[in-house]
Amino acid sequence: MAKITYIEPSGKHVEIDVPEGWTLMQGATTNGIEGIEAECGGSCACATCHCYVEALAERLPPPGETEEGMLANVVAERRPNSRLSCQIKATVDLDGMVVRLPEAQS
Amino acid sequence: MSAPIVIVGAGQAGLQAAEHLRSEGYAGELVLVGSEARPPYHRPPLSKAYLLGEFAEAQLTIRSPEALARKTIEYVPGVTAQLIDRPSRGLGLSDGRQLAYSGLCLATGSRARPLLVPGAELANVLALRTLDDARAIAEALRTVQKVAVVGGGFIGLEIAAVACKLGKEVVVLEAAERLMPRVVSPLISTFYAGLHARHGVHVELNSQVAEIAGAEGRAAAVRTADGRAFPAGLVVVGIGILPNTDLAQAAGLACERGIVVDACSRTSDPAIVAAGDCTARRVADGSLLRLESVHNALEQGKCAAAALLGKDRPFTASPWFWSDQYDVKLQMVGLCAGHDHVVLRGDPAAQKFSAFYYRGDKLIAVDSVNSPKDHLPARKLLDLGICPTPTQAADPQFNLATLLT
Repeated sequence: MAKITYIEPSGKHVEIDVPEGWTLMQGATTNGIEGIEAECGGSCACATCHCYVEALAERLPPPGETEEGMLANVVAERRPNSRLSCQIKATVDLDGMVVRLPEAQS
Repeated sequence: MSAPIVIVGAGQAGLQAAEHLRSEGYAGELVLVGSEARPPYHRPPLSKAYLLGEFAEAQLTIRSPEALARKTIEYVPGVTAQLIDRPSRGLGLSDGRQLAYSGLCLATGSRARPLLVPGAELANVLALRTLDDARAIAEALRTVQKVAVVGGGFIGLEIAAVACKLGKEVVVLEAAERLMPRVVSPLISTFYAGLHARHGVHVELNSQVAEIAGAEGRAAAVRTADGRAFPAGLVVVGIGILPNTDLAQAAGLACERGIVVDACSRTSDPAIVAAGDCTARRVADGSLLRLESVHNALEQGKCAAAALLGKDRPFTASPWFWSDQYDVKLQMVGLCAGHDHVVLRGDPAAQKFSAFYYRGDKLIAVDSVNSPKDHLPARKLLDLGICPTPTQAADPQFNLATLLT
């Protein structure tokens, strides 16, 4: 379990306990967090679960080749802390992570 | 107070319609009726990550019941709609309830096309549509060694790739002369035939299934029309889907290969819209287009919600699709049927390329294999009607996104 804080585009902070092994996308969509579409359901095919990792980003391995390829053309501004939340799996190590969702995903 | 808006079907299309109604400001009563007992879930992983055991069932959930309740969407699981009374705007449900509606959205989805040959009813002949179906296939894969897949379409090939990864002996029997014949170009068919062969999957083209031979109520082999027999402890049938139009047809709505809708997802009844796999959309040239995809379900869900609120939101986006087989990701945008030439970007032998399909000077579709960087620019190019020259398309160093600025 990892407590993840999602910051919705409105600025609202929502804390979710994301079970171990779930992706941050799954934690967000299941709970109806705003600012994420996740059209492809976590296959790294659509880039609509883009997020900015605002705390504990250093605990993540760098994006893989597919994620990097999709991040290259995300709709909202690409920043150094841009990630696709479907590629981040919750572990106890990520407890306390903060991710901000962009204004637009598509 | 006016009657609720009722949505029949809680898959991607129905859920999207419900949420879009809320995000567009509809504050009235909203009922989402789903035939399955569980909350709305993602189906694409059923033939991929779920079957491989990488996802638990709960991870497939799109929205929890609590999240739906927070949006004041009344979710009614495990219930089907049985009758639409159009003159009185009423809906009869399988639990005996009668609902009045002010607007109705049909998102009834589709079912697996049945294989109509002797033996298709045997216990270990399975199709994949729902989570229950996927669970049955996963269960069977634990005990059998030989798997026969009937149908070399996306679902069949994805299941073949999973079974192969799990160490099974797999044969794919495809009736047509190439794989995925309805949706991809010959170039992509050939690439995937090679990919499966390299992984040791036995692909048999031009192979019409005539019979499933069984013993003691279980399938033991698939026989083809030309007399060959392929032993199998599990037969998976993936030969397409049939749109669920019974409810609409009984209510007298226009149906032809699906519930006929316009670009804004309106049916022949102004109070009723339809979205997703169950529809056939009338396109500009007057023909009917049936798309079976998540993107289509989501777009039409939004169009349908807008139409119920009296707004025109025509479907204009280029359709896109994806498929994951082994370590190869295919992302497709546009419809390549009718192309007259193909421009390759990258090298199929390196398992990393995109194919740009042109009709005359006009780009009509792009397939990207392990080339995610090409896919999103290609979607935007097609949506905006911008055509790279064949020279630009063929040059991997040319940044397609520069054409968009």
